[in-house]
Amino acid sequence: MRLDTILRVCAKLFIPFIFVFGLYVQLHGDYGPGGGFQAGVIIAAGVFLYAIIYGLSAAQRAVPKGLVEFMVPMGVLIFAGTGIYSFVVDTNYLDYNNLAHGDAVEGQHWGIFLVEIGVLVTVASTMIAIFYAFAGRGRQ
Amino acid sequence: METVINMEALINMVLLTLLALITLGIIRVRNLFAVVVLTGAYSFLMASVMIVLDAVDVAMTEASVGAGISTVLALSALYLTKTEEAPPRYTAALPLFVVIGTGAVLIYGTYGLPHFGMADTPMNTGVGADYLARNYQETGVPNVVTSVLASYRGFDTLGETTVIFTAGIGVLLLLKRFRQEG
Amino acid sequence: MSIVNEIIANYNYWITIFLMLSGLYIVVAKSNMIKTLLGLAVFQTSVYLLYLSPGKILGGTPPILEKGIEVYSNPLPHVLILTAIVVGVATLALGLALVVRINEAYGTIEEDEITAIVDREDHAE
Repeated sequence: MRLDTILRVCAKLFIPFIFVFGLYVQLHGDYGPGGGFQAGVIIAAGVFLYAIIYGLSAAQRAVPKGLVEFMVPMGVLIFAGTGIYSFVVDTNYLDYNNLAHGDAVEGQHWGIFLVEIGVLVTVASTMIAIFYAFAGRGRQ
Repeated sequence: METVINMEALINMVLLTLLALITLGIIRVRNLFAVVVLTGAYSFLMASVMIVLDAVDVAMTEASVGAGISTVLALSALYLTKTEEAPPRYTAALPLFVVIGTGAVLIYGTYGLPHFGMADTPMNTGVGADYLARNYQETGVPNVVTSVLASYRGFDTLGETTVIFTAGIGVLLLLKRFRQEG
Repeated sequence: MSIVNEIIANYNYWITIFLMLSGLYIVVAKSNMIKTLLGLAVFQTSVYLLYLSPGKILGGTPPILEKGIEVYSNPLPHVLILTAIVVGVATLALGLALVVRINEAYGTIEEDEITAIVDREDHAE
């Protein structure tokens, strides 16, 4: 795989667009199809492509293992933390009406945005961590 | 009553028939590489069916997850194990009997279900219609799926995220080599 | 009601049941563990179809609000299935990881061969 020029050039061309598309799907999720789950999977697929074409060690230099394993619980914490914050600003758990201090629609926008970020982080990092685990196992 | 064939329903039926044919392939083929590739094709067809059924968010997820991630994961598992299924040792009579019996009961059950594409079923007039009516005033987000996912059913999504997290931890515990770096 | 209408009205359910039974057949009849897991995945996708089919309204559009459109399909099944797909792949990965470990321990991924090995070890003790 390492000497395959066409694959390497094409992958290099595609990978930035995959990440941009992932971010578009994430941030445009309020207005079109998309959201944290899809964006997380698309970003993870970009990392998979890089790892398959350029090798696992190159991918782990770009996206370190430790960072990925740190992000797995981080996403759940962002999600649950949004819930706790909305609990503190005098409404119920995961009720975003008062997040923007008064304006309910604005609060809902913020709540949905933060929660989707949490989902994105969890899904993308879990998928990458699973792939690293499978790819790093090696045949016995 | 006059027979009117709706175009949406027709496309839906053609795609579903292809889906059933691919499933027969998945059952019969014994080379596991071929089975994984067939599963990828199955997922893309399933995504097309979902677009016809108006579930665009779900179709996007199925195309990226089913055809992308799970194919890669299944291939990496095949690399670590074996790629050929052993020939069957027992006759398939008993499983076929169980399956056909279950199928007969389920098909009998479909006669009590609402017909395809109707708007006045209990499912489509209940909480789903309520979300559609309330959504824009309350959240200002045009995509109802996103707002229901993150706001109205936030607890549900929190639970699902936790399940993904737990599954990830499980895979790391099973497969990661903790002693030597590799 | 004519027979064609009857078929159109129920075709989604029939194919759903066919996929469900194919998954069930693979799980029950095949002894290869990776094939069994893929059969479970087929079973799972049939459930997606079971949820999404009744939520479709003929003539409706996807549930993304837009001026001038009156009929939308039901968004609730979409939400439920969207999360189920991603959870499904995470649990599939967990199952595959177990299969990899089983292969390392026993050298095979066929269920009946593993049963034979375990029986032999029990008798040896």
